[in-house]
Amino acid sequence: MGFLALLVVIWAVASRSGDRFLFPGPDDVALALRDNVRSGLLPRAVLKSLARLAIGYSVSLVAGVALGVALARVRWVKDTLGAVVLGLQAIPSVCWLPLALLWFGLGEMAIQVVVVLGSLLSITLATESAVNTIPPLLIRAARTMGATGGRLWLRVILPAALPGIVSGARLGWTFAWRSLLAGELLFISGGLGQVLELGRELHDMALVMGVMVVIVALGLASDHLLFGQLEARVRRAWGLDRV
Amino acid sequence: MEPLIALRGVTKTWGAPGSAPALVGVDLAIGAGQFVCLCGPSGCGKTTVLNLIAGLERPTTGEVTVRGQPVRGPSPERTVMFQESALFPWLTVQRNVEFPLEMAGVPRAERAARVEKYLKMVHLWRSRDAQPHELSGGMRQRAAMARALVGEPSILLMDEPFAALDAQTRDVLHGELERIWLETRKTVVFVTHNVREAARLGDRVVMMGTRPGRVTRDLAVTLARPREANDQDVTTLAAVIERELKIEIEKVIREELDDAWTPAGGGLPGAAGRDLGGGI
Repeated sequence: MGFLALLVVIWAVASRSGDRFLFPGPDDVALALRDNVRSGLLPRAVLKSLARLAIGYSVSLVAGVALGVALARVRWVKDTLGAVVLGLQAIPSVCWLPLALLWFGLGEMAIQVVVVLGSLLSITLATESAVNTIPPLLIRAARTMGATGGRLWLRVILPAALPGIVSGARLGWTFAWRSLLAGELLFISGGLGQVLELGRELHDMALVMGVMVVIVALGLASDHLLFGQLEARVRRAWGLDRV
Repeated sequence: MEPLIALRGVTKTWGAPGSAPALVGVDLAIGAGQFVCLCGPSGCGKTTVLNLIAGLERPTTGEVTVRGQPVRGPSPERTVMFQESALFPWLTVQRNVEFPLEMAGVPRAERAARVEKYLKMVHLWRSRDAQPHELSGGMRQRAAMARALVGEPSILLMDEPFAALDAQTRDVLHGELERIWLETRKTVVFVTHNVREAARLGDRVVMMGTRPGRVTRDLAVTLARPREANDQDVTTLAAVIERELKIEIEKVIREELDDAWTPAGGGLPGAAGRDLGGGI
């Protein structure tokens, strides 16, 4: 906290010694934030972005986990899709935008495609590795106790892989968040990304930096509060964090 | 009479056909209620025999039957206890022990009663709400034993279940296992490389040799129960088994060392049964 305060002070001093218009200080940014919260622009944008993220990320999570489990446990899926997934993983999510725009037009669908493609594969790969590293003994033991088929997957394989899956889900969330903002920059999407672009068009640097502060705050909050807590709790319950 | 478990002419080869077999020509008949120890040096295939009976492995040739029916896969009627507890880390002790009953579709009320009965049998009722990682190694094996027994299988397969424990804990658990066996009269197949453990527990000690893995001797044990680890009879029996196995164990050591230092010309060390200076 102390370090953060120091950064703000350095920022304030630096902005005063330069061009206030291109490099506004923390006070200017705070004012811009206040005005845009009052006008309702920012709250609306945040809600719009989060709603979008909720949809895209949910799709990613469900499909990513399913695909990851299939890659780890089903031979022919690994043989066919394994290399494809690794290859596609090399594509940064924004690079899907041109294709998504041409296929789906300037709209909701294009953004969701980018969000899903941006986060799905990291969740897939984390899930695959989590399932692959389950101690074989656990699965053998489960089989001798009559766990087969769907029950083996639901009651043994998924819980055993959960700590790794949660780590992947956390990673996927940050990727989804980044992809979303990149997608929203492009057109009148009503989300945070568009407000950022609006600030640029109006040459309102205070607004641009204000939105960036909001992005950082939301990212930190979701990562630490939501996923950090969840991950810590799962790791504790699974006995992985013993000191 | 048909034995409960029978292995007939069983061989097991890992990898490509034609590679060195892990197990050759194993014939074994185990009657209901017997406590059989499979004892031998590492690599003799004793765990493989256990896995074949469990249905976790298939024989390359020959057949494994239980009650005359060929074994086609694992069954809750033949539960297995491993060297590691293999408890599910995300479940409490109680839920772990309940797991086989859930898989078997036992109604909830009955499950609770059965779990309580078996947790009390292994003296773990007080720790029922603990997570496995909060328990000591000995307590984990107690929980694993309760989990193996709770479905009331007729056959209990144990793969060196106490090998990772300290000597005192192991000794206590030997006593517990013997007491539980006397109460429940399961058929037990117990794999161990520890001759004292075999002499302490078995009605019958099946000794196995290596390269290739096979049965070398089948010894009936008639010592009275309950036994103590320090009983003179147990110690004497252990010494007898040890002498028998020594030949096999030396064979393993000799082969392991040879790989490192057989000279290019070959010929010198390595022949099984070689006399280590006995003629001097």
